[in-house]
Amino acid sequence: MALMDVHLQSAIQAIKEKYNAQEGQCGDEVSLLTAPEHIAEACRTLRDEFEFNFLSDETASDYWPEEEPRFHVVYQLYSHRHNLRLCLRVPLNGDYPSLPTIVDLYPNANWFEREIWDMFGIRFDGHPDLRRILMPYDWEGYPLRKDYPLGYEEPQFTFNYDEIYQHKHHPKYEEP
Amino acid sequence: MLQQTEVSLDELRHLVSDRAIEGETVLLNMGPQHPSTHGVLRLLLELDGETVINCIPDIGFLHTGVEKNMEAKTYEKAEVMTDRLDYLNTIGNNLVYCLAIEKLTGLDVPLRAQAIRVILTELQRIASHLVWLGTHALDLAAMSAFLYCFREREMILDIMEMCSGQRMMTTFFRPGGLWRDVPAEFELSVRRFLRIFPARIDQYETLLTKNPIFMDRTKKIGVISGEDAIRWGLTGPSLRGSGPNYDVRKAQPYSGYDQYEFDVPTGTHGDVYDRYRVRMEEMRQSVRIVQQALDKLPYGPVRSSNRKYVPPPRAELGTSMEALIHHFKLWTEGFSVPKGAVYIPVESPRGELGVYLESNGGPKPHRVHYRAPTFVHLQALPLLSKGHLVADLVAIIGSIDIVLGDADR
Amino acid sequence: MGIEQKLGNMGVATMKLEQAVNWARTNAMWPMLFGLACCAIEMMSAQASNYDLSRFGMELMRASPRQSDLMIVAGRVSRKMAPVLRRLYDQMPDPKWVIAMGDCASCGGVFNNYAILQGVDEVVPVDVYVAGCPPRPEALIHGVMTLHEKVRSEKLKNWA
Repeated sequence: MALMDVHLQSAIQAIKEKYNAQEGQCGDEVSLLTAPEHIAEACRTLRDEFEFNFLSDETASDYWPEEEPRFHVVYQLYSHRHNLRLCLRVPLNGDYPSLPTIVDLYPNANWFEREIWDMFGIRFDGHPDLRRILMPYDWEGYPLRKDYPLGYEEPQFTFNYDEIYQHKHHPKYEEP
Repeated sequence: MLQQTEVSLDELRHLVSDRAIEGETVLLNMGPQHPSTHGVLRLLLELDGETVINCIPDIGFLHTGVEKNMEAKTYEKAEVMTDRLDYLNTIGNNLVYCLAIEKLTGLDVPLRAQAIRVILTELQRIASHLVWLGTHALDLAAMSAFLYCFREREMILDIMEMCSGQRMMTTFFRPGGLWRDVPAEFELSVRRFLRIFPARIDQYETLLTKNPIFMDRTKKIGVISGEDAIRWGLTGPSLRGSGPNYDVRKAQPYSGYDQYEFDVPTGTHGDVYDRYRVRMEEMRQSVRIVQQALDKLPYGPVRSSNRKYVPPPRAELGTSMEALIHHFKLWTEGFSVPKGAVYIPVESPRGELGVYLESNGGPKPHRVHYRAPTFVHLQALPLLSKGHLVADLVAIIGSIDIVLGDADR
Repeated sequence: MGIEQKLGNMGVATMKLEQAVNWARTNAMWPMLFGLACCAIEMMSAQASNYDLSRFGMELMRASPRQSDLMIVAGRVSRKMAPVLRRLYDQMPDPKWVIAMGDCASCGGVFNNYAILQGVDEVVPVDVYVAGCPPRPEALIHGVMTLHEKVRSEKLKNWA
């Protein structure tokens, strides 16, 4: 903690005061927990006042079967000028939560948020184009949730040969 | 089972301009299977004659579900899947995963392992740039460059095979260091490669750099300014071609990169030609780094001796009880990483490759997310290609160096 | 030095029509570019100068399915890509063969999950499976040679 940059300290302090964020720590990396309503303004403050002009990564994490919070959306911000990294986390409750988008601040958040919608089912209010990106257009379900099955195929040994053979998909293709 | 799902124009209405709806412009599908899209990328182009008005990339045709699959495997087993993400930078994917585990667990990495990691990562960077150069030149109809590049790449793949047994998906880096020490012929082979390679880069430059056809097809194409590039999240050579000097190896050095002297090339105009020049110069700088690392290569162990995470050598198993217990625990249950979350960026040949690793204290990762540079760069493709011809689009896609395994994970 | 020897030097050979047709098919089989993932890079290496596929007649990798006979499915096929794969297979004219290159195309490979087809034979009939992750270029060439043997033993009425 003593080695942390002065600029980073002041940025964290400002966000903590304005938006009542809590500080978490992992090793020498600091992450700020912010409420979902404040995330857009917090990012705006960080970008305009503290020059965190680059969004490295935006992803989510599912903590099922814990209900409160069920999801955490994690933002990694980077400042080119000061060479500093900062992590923001937003805890979300409920099965189909939503939070404001940061696409107008960082244009490259567009596809990150689409991927989170596709994989987790977290809605982003104000996103211009929220639709599935990695899965097929009509897929049902959100694959990266913990209650979604992996969908693996059982290896076919001799003792379960017949059962697996029944379930294996046999395509109907026409031979010439 | 294979019903064809048609996406009607209604769903894409907000993306295409009004002229497409009226029928003035053509909506063309540059489909998943196309020789110039470097993988399975689908582009929906809105064309006015030959000029691209808008280009909507559609990815997901190579979605492998690696992130979910890694949550079901232990840490060591999951590393095998990381190779197959960005399949041209396999060693780099391993490196970033091992760095994340080492940060969470506090494992030490011996100096010899760090130096060999640097050597292999830079060789992989050269190999990836060779594939980029070969396919990019092939798209712009310079076929001989393709054959030359793959000839050099075979030498690097031989070195990889000598160390790990596999040409591409090596899984050579493990948490704590390397899988095993490099053989005796390693240094000789690498030195032989370094002796001939700078002359080969000159050969490629002779073919392409001052070639009037190449310059016509690449200058002033796909221009993006420095500020726009940062706003759209570009990193790596695609960013440095426009000016900003951001290289993760210099900004947040890892694995001993601060000991080596190397320059980071930047361009000025931000067009396809500058990105090409940046990557060619990067290959020369990689040769420089490998030279220094090989000269300073220290002796010593290649893997940490922390038996909670690293299996003991087999010779010890006959004599020591603790070694046997550690071996048993590591093989049946796998090691457990303390609770926490970490984000580690490294410099891949495409840009900033990052891994976000979250652990809940168990033997399997809770969440592994790869920040893939290709995923981010493809978002900027509509901006880069507005107003250009379809043939220029091919050059632009080549210049941002996409690998769909990276984007779709 | 009679006229019979002259005729002999002009090189008239006799063989069954089947053999001739199969010989022609094997010596100029044009593969379709269907490289999806990592195996595609090894396929490109097999086409390049060290392990040359052109010596087996596969000089050109045709991008269009209408002009190719062989589809080398190189790489993992995801659920979104499967209809595209089937459509391209249907667009190829007869006779056509399929090589499933690599573990992911043969059986799903390392990835046993919701997103990857467990073997490309769920959608297209496969003639030769080449194992490896990714298979060496020499393994791919061995697969091609195996396919050539299979084609040489085919009957005309298979594709009639």
